[in-house]
Amino acid sequence: MLRIVVQQRLQMLAFILRRFAQAIAVMLAVAFIAFMLFQYVGDPVTNLLGQDATPAQREQLRADLGLDKPFPLQFVRFVGNALQGEFGLSLRQGRKVSSLLVERFPATLELSLVAAFLALLLGLPMGVYAALRRGSFLSQLLMTLSLLGVSLPTFLIGILLILVFAVLLQWLPSFGRGELTDLGGWVTGFLSVDGWKHLILPATTLAVFQLTLIMRLVRAEMLEVLRTDFIRFARARGLPNRVVYFGHALKNTLVPVITITGLQLGSLIAFSIITEQVFQWPGMGLLFIQAVTFADIPVMAAYLCVIALVFVSINLIVDLLYFVVDPRLRAEPGSKAH
Amino acid sequence: MKLRSWLLALVCISACGWAQAVTLRVANQGDAQSMDPHSLNESLQLTFTSNIYEPLVARDKKLGLSPGLATKWTQTKPTVWRFELRHGVNFQDGTPFTADDVVFSINRAAGPGSDMQSYTSSFKEVRKIDAYTVEIETTTPFPILPDSLTNLYMMSKKWCEDNKATTPVDRRKGIENAASFRANGTGPYRLKERQPSSRTVLVRNGTYWGKVDGNVDEVIFTPIGNAATRVAALLSGEVDLMEPVPLQDVERIKASPALKVMQGPELRTIFLGMDQKRDELLFSNIKGKNPFKDKRVRQAFYQAIDIETIKTRVMRGASLPTALMVGPGVRGFSPEQNKRLPYDVEAAKKLMAEAGYASGFEVGMNCPNDRYVNDADICQAVAANLARIGVKVNLQTETKVSYFPKILRRDTSFYLLGWTPSTYDAHNALSSLIATPNDKGQGQFNLGSYSNPKVDELTVKIQGETDQAKRNAMIKEAFDLHSEDIGHLPLHQQALAWAMKKNIDLTQLPDNYMPYRWVTVK
Repeated sequence: MLRIVVQQRLQMLAFILRRFAQAIAVMLAVAFIAFMLFQYVGDPVTNLLGQDATPAQREQLRADLGLDKPFPLQFVRFVGNALQGEFGLSLRQGRKVSSLLVERFPATLELSLVAAFLALLLGLPMGVYAALRRGSFLSQLLMTLSLLGVSLPTFLIGILLILVFAVLLQWLPSFGRGELTDLGGWVTGFLSVDGWKHLILPATTLAVFQLTLIMRLVRAEMLEVLRTDFIRFARARGLPNRVVYFGHALKNTLVPVITITGLQLGSLIAFSIITEQVFQWPGMGLLFIQAVTFADIPVMAAYLCVIALVFVSINLIVDLLYFVVDPRLRAEPGSKAH
Repeated sequence: MKLRSWLLALVCISACGWAQAVTLRVANQGDAQSMDPHSLNESLQLTFTSNIYEPLVARDKKLGLSPGLATKWTQTKPTVWRFELRHGVNFQDGTPFTADDVVFSINRAAGPGSDMQSYTSSFKEVRKIDAYTVEIETTTPFPILPDSLTNLYMMSKKWCEDNKATTPVDRRKGIENAASFRANGTGPYRLKERQPSSRTVLVRNGTYWGKVDGNVDEVIFTPIGNAATRVAALLSGEVDLMEPVPLQDVERIKASPALKVMQGPELRTIFLGMDQKRDELLFSNIKGKNPFKDKRVRQAFYQAIDIETIKTRVMRGASLPTALMVGPGVRGFSPEQNKRLPYDVEAAKKLMAEAGYASGFEVGMNCPNDRYVNDADICQAVAANLARIGVKVNLQTETKVSYFPKILRRDTSFYLLGWTPSTYDAHNALSSLIATPNDKGQGQFNLGSYSNPKVDELTVKIQGETDQAKRNAMIKEAFDLHSEDIGHLPLHQQALAWAMKKNIDLTQLPDNYMPYRWVTVK
């Protein structure tokens, strides 16, 4: 008995280690591809020096920044520094890239979390409704609207929301984070009414796609589950509809929904770029866009690595959760027969 | 009862507060990259920091020279200028401003990490004569030295030393620098809050030595990169003033009863350049020779461009067609010289035929798409114009970060560029854009290598000529020669477009500087 437990622990450890090794390989690959792309984004030197700088000054700066080196060399140098947690100085702002990212991360995370909650809170009941009242006018309407939500580009939704709620109705602000509170390194907008007001439009914009995704997913899963035998048995046992739908059907629908939501949080963080740009939301996405327009290589590289890290960690957590949830993954090869 | 008195108190606080402090909320396309006045020679950076820091020689509302931290300046020898400093000026931290600060600041601007070296490149020595007198000696006679000091701001020696900011931030060494995000100048505003890319707050400096025409006590500056959001922020009343206004939104903002748009000419001149050096163009179907070496071809291009339609359609009226490489407001500009060759497709076709290109040719054109107002659209219009004389333009538009490195490598046959002389003097345009390129930085932006020895000779003479009348005559001659050669194809000066609430009064300067001390909120 004890032997089996030890063996299971070891298996788990091996699994985690393997996952970590894969994660590192993924990060390295991302950094490498990023560096290859930087060959084509342009040259920051013309932005760093004004129009009257001499060619010699430009060459000197290029050499000092190591930009004249072939990219494998630049890459090796970057990885060496990154291993020491050092991403260098932003070319555009002359500030440490690491502190820039730390400063911007709360803005992006708060936005993404609120958007994710919004999507879940609205998407779930809407999906359930669309599944249960299939064919009714309202669920048809919801499905049509969700098609719009999936197909409208984010920047258009953002601009439309600004036009309606900021310009025409003047209810909500159109840009920025509003009043902020500094909680020792974590600058939050959650603690003021103004901060929440600033959050509504960008969070809604960001949530629309996720919301429709969740809604459609819940609807499809729910329809699937409602067809299964155990629902039929539940009905046969004479359970009331409420219990059948919410106690049994919805519960079984939630597993894939939670997985997808978790994974989507990663993409919310990574793809808030457009929303942040439209609403001048001072998060990491805006930082990245500004870095691209300046060819601020250290910021771009660090951002891509951080985003890769976010994805890799979320995937890792999800995998580990599977390990916990799904007994089949834990079972040793020999015991398959049970 | 209690609630009502509370409310009354609240109303009073907000109303009384409003009456006392005037806040101006400004939005701009971009942000000042740093608070360090020597770190980047770029207009937004310089205009923003000019509210906090000041130069020895300032500019007035007509861009003429006016006393700044120096009250008087004289040229004591052809190579020496003497500056009398203003007495009784304090930095915002209380330390007095003296000659030591001037010597320190100019050396800082001339030193490593600074982007202001072009202004100081001919300085030999900066000397302190006494506590309130400074001399600058140059290697060659420098008649417009005061003009080149208007963007060179004075910092406190003591403050820089205390804050380990004696040089601008060196991005190569990976060490941050306090002067990038803090500031201590002598100017009318002091820096209260700095959040790069999101919010910068300035407040009035109560101990400012000079007179402030405006009434703004606090400025909240926000960069809003997305043009539509910037317009929305103004329309919804979240900002009071913003620039630049996208040209397509000008009418819409004007239609709003509470808002107005101020448009005026900018110093920047937009023009096209052609490779006139290579014996065969890099990007053309004509092999073995370079059609741009033939003046008739250059003239045909010039006369084929329908500049008025570009003005009305592409620029929506917000441009000033030009025949010169410098605009009104730049010293050396003369209105009588500013006469374009007529737009005449038939004449252009004839010139092309005479040059042996009756059926035209193909040429590649390079153009930025995010640097100047509607830059890519201008190039498209030009390409369409040139198609009428048989020239097939292969247009390549791209972002400025890849565009400028490319054209600076002279990896182009036909390109678009805009230029504002940093000294507000024609010599800067002559030496950067028109003089034959050499390895000392001359002709650095003469990317098609136009070359006329007579113009080069004049350019050198203009630099050292102290007699203004003679100097202006030489500038005129140089521009005449350049126009005669059709060295470049000047297009227009683009217009500035600022939008604001109707109760705001301010001075719009053609160099796109916005000093907040000249802003009044009624």
